Amino acid sequence: MSDLFTYSVWFAQTCFVLAMVFAAVRLIHGPAAQDRVLAFDTIYINGMLTLLMLGIRSSSPAYFDMALLIALFGFVGTVALAKFLLRGEVVEP
Amino acid sequence: MIDTVLPTWAIIPASILLVIGGLVTLIGSLGLLRLPDFFARIHGPSMGNTIGTGCVLIASMLTSSALAGRPVIHELLITLFIVMSSPVTSMMLMRAALYRNKARKTVK
Repeated sequence: MSDLFTYSVWFAQTCFVLAMVFAAVRLIHGPAAQDRVLAFDTIYINGMLTLLMLGIRSSSPAYFDMALLIALFGFVGTVALAKFLLRGEVVEP
Repeated sequence: MIDTVLPTWAIIPASILLVIGGLVTLIGSLGLLRLPDFFARIHGPSMGNTIGTGCVLIASMLTSSALAGRPVIHELLITLFIVMSSPVTSMMLMRAALYRNKARKTVK
């Protein structure tokens, strides 16, 4: 029974790393800038999920705070980049 | 290792949720890689990442509650934050793409 949980954790982590690879390919040769920003956001969320997998595997509560910080910074960075694409400036006077 | 001390009622739903979350996130990123247009591409990550994050965080809540012997719900913070922030980023990226497409057509 315990093998089931180990294998499913490995499977989920492999899926997240593969999703990060797909998003990195889109980040490298996306045709427009908004594709690259979308791939950047996907990489951030998949990295957060990979970190949560590490937290589940090692049963340590320290990974939770890192995952929350990564989610927060990913949101702020994506909103800043989208604002820059929309208006040409991030902080307007 | 963690899985030697987990009870059965926590292992089975957590494993199912982890497999579903991983598959949904992988399909979302595959859509980001394979779909032809930006407006088709934005659907994959914005929905797949939300559902995958929800599944993984429910599994994480199950395992840490089973380990601690009491309900541990502080992973609900990340779920709430992702559910609130993912539509906002999708909407801002969509408006930026619309604006850029319109500006490019005006220049041509």
